Amino acid sequence: MGTAVDKNSSEPVLSIDNLKTHFFSRKGVARAVDGVSFDLTPGEVTGIVGESGCGKSVTALSVMGLVPNPPGRVVDGRILFHGKNLLDLDITALRKIRGAGIAMIFQEPMSSLNPVYTIGNQISEMFRLHKGYDKKQALAAAVDMLERVQIPSPHKRVNEYPHQLSGGMRQRAMIAMAMSCDPEILIADEPTTALDVTVQAQILDLMHRLKDDFSTAIQLITHDLGVIAEMADQVVVMYAGQVVEQARTRELFQHTLHPYTRGLLASIPVLGHRTRGMDEDLVEIKGMIPSLHDLPAGCRFSNRCPEVMDTCKTRLPDLTDMGSGHQVRCWLHTKGGSA
Amino acid sequence: MTTPLAAVTDLKVHFPIKKGILARTVGYVYAVDGISFEIMPGETVGIVGESGCGKTTAGMAMVRLTPITSGSVHWKGTDMAAMNRSGLRALRREMQLIFQDPYSSLNPRMTVRQILSDPMDVHDRFTGRQRKARIDFLLDTVGLSPGQADLYPHEFSGGQRQRIGIARALALDPTLIIGDEPVSALDVSIQAQIINLLKRLKRDFNLSLIIISHDLAVVEYICDRIIVMYLGKIVEAADYASLYKDPKHPYTKTLMSAIPVPDPARRTRRIILKGDVPSPINPPGGCRFHTRCPDRMDICDKQEPAMQRFSDGHTAACHLYNNTDADLSHATPTHVSTPTKGDNP
Ligand SMILES: Nc1ncnc2c1ncn2[C@@H]1O[C@H](COP(=O)(O)OP(=O)(O)OP(=O)(O)O)[C@@H](O)[C@H]1O
Ligand SMILES: Nc1ncnc2c1ncn2[C@@H]1O[C@H](COP(=O)(O)OP(=O)(O)OP(=O)(O)O)[C@@H](O)[C@H]1O
Ligand code: SF4
Ligand code: SF4
Ligand SMILES: [Mg+2]
Ligand SMILES: [Mg+2]
Repeated sequence: MGTAVDKNSSEPVLSIDNLKTHFFSRKGVARAVDGVSFDLTPGEVTGIVGESGCGKSVTALSVMGLVPNPPGRVVDGRILFHGKNLLDLDITALRKIRGAGIAMIFQEPMSSLNPVYTIGNQISEMFRLHKGYDKKQALAAAVDMLERVQIPSPHKRVNEYPHQLSGGMRQRAMIAMAMSCDPEILIADEPTTALDVTVQAQILDLMHRLKDDFSTAIQLITHDLGVIAEMADQVVVMYAGQVVEQARTRELFQHTLHPYTRGLLASIPVLGHRTRGMDEDLVEIKGMIPSLHDLPAGCRFSNRCPEVMDTCKTRLPDLTDMGSGHQVRCWLHTKGGSA
Repeated sequence: MTTPLAAVTDLKVHFPIKKGILARTVGYVYAVDGISFEIMPGETVGIVGESGCGKTTAGMAMVRLTPITSGSVHWKGTDMAAMNRSGLRALRREMQLIFQDPYSSLNPRMTVRQILSDPMDVHDRFTGRQRKARIDFLLDTVGLSPGQADLYPHEFSGGQRQRIGIARALALDPTLIIGDEPVSALDVSIQAQIINLLKRLKRDFNLSLIIISHDLAVVEYICDRIIVMYLGKIVEAADYASLYKDPKHPYTKTLMSAIPVPDPARRTRRIILKGDVPSPINPPGGCRFHTRCPDRMDICDKQEPAMQRFSDGHTAACHLYNNTDADLSHATPTHVSTPTKGDNP
């Protein structure tokens, strides 16, 4: 269930199927990721969008096998990489896939660059580990990588420490490290959120090119629908641990089905809208995101939804395919709800 | 002519960089380096620009929370530097701040009632019986319920905490509120609530607002006039519509083209700049944008461009406009859009 059918794209390289990752504490169970399914396709960007705490990072960490345990645990589902369920692999096998097959850029750039090693050291380590290069070969490859991500004077930068680089350069170094072993999949968790827009434009441009040149499947996590519109081929919208809508990018923006997605799109200020006389006031989504410990019964958006019906308050709608891979979780579109 | 509420003239704020045990000054951070602007009563002014360009410093200097190196700030025609204690005290009441981080800007050990009472106690306003009514009114105004007055900040969500911060700023009927990234830390769906609230307050109370933000789209939504800063300088200022329709400065154009638009049908070619924003410790000479400017000419690294006036109070500092007559503003010189022209041969 839940795997998108799309005639235009090739075989998925990664299929996440009904993934459930929960956190256990005295307060109870937080169902941070609760039945999430989507595919990654070579040469495509899959955008994961949703507000803070909806489970974007935990989904990514689950794929990488990096969910902090305790308190967290993948309790159900499958993550198929070339047909192999990553959740069945032991730590050694997983480590091999990480880096070579699947690489990740983390939300906090400083947390994944080691401050006591030079940039060159850290990137060449990847080549030595995964490609068996010797020290000299690996360093040359590292310089080459820095050049590819357009870090100026790579021969000099390769000997510098992370703190000597600007935010934008650090992010580029992270991308260089992640791409150093030609991964089939790149998971980028908010890669540009901390950056200025002019630098963000550079990084997005770079990711675009990497995707085209290497046919990498990119999972791009962001809360910025502008970045999604710009970058993604398909979009997964998450709310409180679940996928509420998924579609090809144009389809999603042009035929938005879920009330939450519609609310999100109407609530962001768009440059030029006011000048062109559109939307003098922004549309608000009332209320706030529910706590994972205190989710509404039924549809998780029901306490904020402007179109809520009686059914919504008691029964959770399934993610339903509306044709050509456009899926939505809402009683307005799923049979069985009563208006 | 009406006197501006506040007038900032050639304001400079340089932070000394100290080194060694003798704490010798070895240089300066030119955080704000000669900016001038005015805000009229009831007007909303936005200050935008990328990280480190001096937005916060400019705002803090206006309320005297950071020392001024040179230049002046006049409040209703009076130089703030010449104000006596009671003058400054009145000023503190009339100018209020809203901060970016609704978490750290509220005292966790105080209830909402205490947080809102604090400024009233300091200024001896709304005392006795009036107090409760005032607090109820403030909470109601920002969309909280009076029943929440005795809760602590941690019992509220981020958006609600920002509402508390706004209620505190409104407590003493201010004339001007300076909001430093008031919505940046909020989730998108909550951000819209706060933006609408700010717009409503501005209408209902005839407030003047200065909104500091790195997000041009947010500023365009709230503000009448927008000031664009780059490395401690104002590079362009205009009313929101004229800035959007007819940006003059190459930096403004780049900034606008870099903002991703949430509409896949409008994926446009953007201007990709080289490199990062240079350090304000050692800003480039001439035009500060010349190290990244796609329209750069020979003169640009040698001479600082003067502020040019176009029609409708639109101003921009760029050598591209040196020989255009002021007021021929629609005539965006044709070479602005062809990035290579003007480069060194
Ligand atoms: N180590 C942890 N211990 C307990 N709960 C956690 C842990 N990590 C994440 N969670 C919970 O899982 C939920 C999903 O978190 P996640 O980090 O995936 O959100 P996100 O969508 O990435 O949000 P953001 O946009 O803020 O990064 C959150 O509600 C969070 O409280
Ligand atoms: N107290 C201080 N001492 C020394 N330098 C400072 C001080 N405050 C700010 N600066 C420096 O002055 C410059 C301008 O800082 P400011 O905080 O005004 O920028 P900003 O435009 O508000 O940026 P941001 O968008 O990141 O908030 C920066 O380089 C900053 O590091
Ligand atoms: S199921 Fe009901 S409450 Fe949920 S999004 Fe659809 S209409 Fe709204
Ligand atoms: S003065 Fe020169 S370098 Fe500066 S913005 Fe104008 S064209 Fe570009
Ligand atoms: Mg996250
Ligand atoms: Mg600031």
